Amino acid sequence: MARIEIDGIEKRFGRTPVLRGIDLDVAAGEFLSLVGPSGCGKSTLLRIVAGLTREDRGAIRLAGEDVDHLAARDRDLAMVFQNYALYPHLTVAENIAVPLVMRRLTTAQRLPLVGRHLSGSRAAHAAIAADVARVAETLGIAALANRRPGELSGGQRQRIALGRAMVRRPKAFLMDEPLSNLDAKLRVEMRSEIASLHRRLETTFVYVTHDQAEAMTMSDRIAVMMDGAVLQVGTPDAVYADPDDLRVAEFVGSPKINVITADAALAAALGVDATRAPDPDGLRLAFRTEAVRLVDPTGAALAGRVVHLENFGSDLMVHLAVAAAVPIVVRRDPHDPRPRIGETWGLSIRPDRLLVFDAAGRRLRSVVGRGA
Amino acid sequence: MTRIGLPARRFSVGAIARDAVLLALAVVTLAPFVWMVSTSLKAPDEILTTDLHLWPRRLAASENYAHAFAAVPLGRYLLNGVIVTATILALQLAIAVPAAFALAKSEFRGRRLLFGAVLLGLLVPYHAIAVPLFVGLHALGLLDTYAALVTPFAISVFGIFLMRQFFLSLPDDLVDAARMDGMSELAIVWRVMVPAAGPAISAFAIFSVVAHWNDYFWPLIAVSSDTLFTPPLGVVAFRNDDAGTNYGVLMAAATVIVTPLVAAFLLAQRRFVEGIAFTGVK
Amino acid sequence: MTEMSVSAPADRSIAGERPRRPHEERAAWGLVGPAATLIGLILVVPLIVVVALSLTDYQLGAKAWRFVGFANYADLAGDPVFWRSIANTALYAVAVVAGSTGLGLAVALALQGSGALAPVWRTIFFLPVMASLVAMAIVWEFMLHPTFGLVNAVLGLVGVAPMNWLQNGATALPALAVIGVWQQFGFAMVLFLAGLSGIPTSLYDAAEMDGAPSAWARFRLVTWPLLAPVTLFVVVISTIRSFQVFDTVHALTKGGPNKVTEVLLYTMYAEGFEFFRTGRAAAIAVVFVAAMLVVTLTKVLLVEKRIHAR
Ligand SMILES: Nc1ncnc2c1ncn2[C@@H]1O[C@H](COP(=O)(O)OP(=O)(O)OP(=O)(O)O)[C@@H](O)[C@H]1O
Ligand SMILES: [Mg+2]
Repeated sequence: MARIEIDGIEKRFGRTPVLRGIDLDVAAGEFLSLVGPSGCGKSTLLRIVAGLTREDRGAIRLAGEDVDHLAARDRDLAMVFQNYALYPHLTVAENIAVPLVMRRLTTAQRLPLVGRHLSGSRAAHAAIAADVARVAETLGIAALANRRPGELSGGQRQRIALGRAMVRRPKAFLMDEPLSNLDAKLRVEMRSEIASLHRRLETTFVYVTHDQAEAMTMSDRIAVMMDGAVLQVGTPDAVYADPDDLRVAEFVGSPKINVITADAALAAALGVDATRAPDPDGLRLAFRTEAVRLVDPTGAALAGRVVHLENFGSDLMVHLAVAAAVPIVVRRDPHDPRPRIGETWGLSIRPDRLLVFDAAGRRLRSVVGRGA
Repeated sequence: MTRIGLPARRFSVGAIARDAVLLALAVVTLAPFVWMVSTSLKAPDEILTTDLHLWPRRLAASENYAHAFAAVPLGRYLLNGVIVTATILALQLAIAVPAAFALAKSEFRGRRLLFGAVLLGLLVPYHAIAVPLFVGLHALGLLDTYAALVTPFAISVFGIFLMRQFFLSLPDDLVDAARMDGMSELAIVWRVMVPAAGPAISAFAIFSVVAHWNDYFWPLIAVSSDTLFTPPLGVVAFRNDDAGTNYGVLMAAATVIVTPLVAAFLLAQRRFVEGIAFTGVK
Repeated sequence: MTEMSVSAPADRSIAGERPRRPHEERAAWGLVGPAATLIGLILVVPLIVVVALSLTDYQLGAKAWRFVGFANYADLAGDPVFWRSIANTALYAVAVVAGSTGLGLAVALALQGSGALAPVWRTIFFLPVMASLVAMAIVWEFMLHPTFGLVNAVLGLVGVAPMNWLQNGATALPALAVIGVWQQFGFAMVLFLAGLSGIPTSLYDAAEMDGAPSAWARFRLVTWPLLAPVTLFVVVISTIRSFQVFDTVHALTKGGPNKVTEVLLYTMYAEGFEFFRTGRAAAIAVVFVAAMLVVTLTKVLLVEKRIHAR
């Protein structure tokens, strides 16, 4: 396990800047997720760490050592790809063995047929087979050892890709949306498997995903990227409850956070003292669906008409049209009395859960609700 | 009713007419082969006659074939054919596959220029540069050697082009995974790309072998001693000086020279047809 | 070596990224180095040399040579035999392309619905593509033999008088064209079969639903338009192959009788390798390449037009 320092990385493809100075410090043994919308540069950053793409500017340090001059295969990192990238002509066991074969055997020992009979070769091959068997056992794919990737399901291929990465105890694991090709149920299952793998191996993980739920459930910390820049790095809780930027607040959490534009008067009515804001009449207030309750509309600062109900079984999402263009969503227990479509309800927002941003989307931490 | 035709349709008038036409065409297509083999089994008196029959009254196969092998070194021609086609194929693959990989999956200075040269090469049939190639080999004193037969074909721009197209269709991640697994670029070519490109390689191999086993133009120019003759040269030379009107022997020689590829084709028809279609359509 | 015409270069580069690490650049050049060197030596240099030679009076083995400008081309332009050669090549190409494309398409269509026997037919029709053309040319020569030939014997059954096909000025070139079609149509058939298999059957169902009344209507509505790219490709590749006709001419007629089978490559061969008029042969080679380029460019233009027409 090793610390990964990402220092001022810039990258452009042609004239388009894709990464605009990324700084990240991943502690040894940490599980860090890179999340962000499609095209924000997550894969590019991961590939730069891996040594598969070269940065235009900046440096990568692994365990304190600058690795710019090292090619991918010399960095001692393992990577799991979105479409698994298994060798189609090799069996499962052979696929998993490749990194060991490439690193432990000499060129001569790797030769077909002859290779196995060279001095020391037998022992080396046996050791590799033992390691492969151990990994296959761990991942529960021992029974598949002699099959080829083409004959396997998505989840099985996924495990083999993991096995190929694990077999070698690399300095760190890099994973680029490894679960995005799986169906929803399998994805949840594999999530917890990867998390427990991380606990067991105690190795550094950098995990790319655009699925914020995945990031929230697995990571020690999350780095939210947008447009080639890191907007915020923090624990899942911090990123969820205490975002630095409206874009982070909007990206993280499902359903999406509610946002309304407010002038000082509306803010005051909602319990926010906006006088300290640079522009008290150009505020954006954001609050999660669970931070708002439906109340009697008379006297409520904010009221809306119910336009849509979404029942998830565990939660009922009530969509209300208010003055703002986008309806506000309120989370309710489905067993509570249900509002009906067309009814008008008042909204009561917990002031301490109100997040205040300026018109540009920057968080105004000095402006807080009562009781915060 | 196109696909799920009623069973009765199979015996419709149209289908019968179609099969009859196909049969007639098949007879015409096969006639030269059948006639070649049939004549190779006949004695001269049965050949030089206007009375037609397919199967000889007296089987003269052993005489004809023995005579053919005795009159000219047919075995040597076949061996030359094998040596030349195998060497050409080996060189073409060894040189074209790595280049095609780099053209498809790496960035390097000069890549566009090189690919442009490949495309240019596709436009120019080798016949057009036979003159300078001949002059060059003459200057090097290499005419009338195996080297002369092989050299112009050591590089196959078509092979590069075909493989490159195939490699482009393989995911980049596969290459990157191999890099992460610690393979060198050359190791990626031989351990990942070649096994994955099996169909493309076998298609190209078939294409190359068929082209060079049957090639007549270049060997005709490049060699003059009959120890270096390839099968097509051999059969023509045989016609010109030896056999004259001894058609039974000549057809025996032709049969011997046509058989290897035709037999290989019959044994692996699917591969051949698909391979040729693949090299054609790509 | 160059069986292919070029489809528009679909240069889908994997990245705009530039690995500036010198060892990566070196690794890539290690892979393409041999190919690049050989392409230079065996392809590009000879191509330049052939153009250069065509501007000289070089004769193989001669000590001295002079730069003669376009004299070789001027000579060719004034040489009726050369024009014969071009006309013959064109005639041959038209006949063989039309014959093999038409026959190939017809057979492919017939095979499409012919059930279990289809592979057998396909194998039979493809056989001539595999067989050594010169060897089969010699068989054809024997079959076309004026007295003992199979062809005359069979035609005699229906009352056609025996002919000396290959020595008769009126029949020699057609005879070679028939051999050409016999040899090539199976290749066209395979390409058409591949093209046909790429047409989704749902289109035929849709045509049926849309009320296309007959098989012919469905052919016009679905098959023919969707097969157009393959047809264009087959025509181009057969044209290129036909322009390269040599084996049968050299083995059977040597350009005769009376130059009626004199074709471009054969003329070049005779000039360059029998009379050793290297400069003149080079000029013919340049004309030959130019003809190839015209064919390919025509194809590219047609493809472009189709793309723009979409
Ligand atoms: N090789 C390349 N050449 C040119 N542009 C590229 C290349 N790779 C990526 N890009 C561009 O860089 C941007 C970032 O791409 P990247 O793959 O890093 O995004 P991502 O965050 O991983 O997105 P996704 O979630 O869809 O995987 C995109 O706009 C993409 O089009
Ligand atoms: Mg990505």
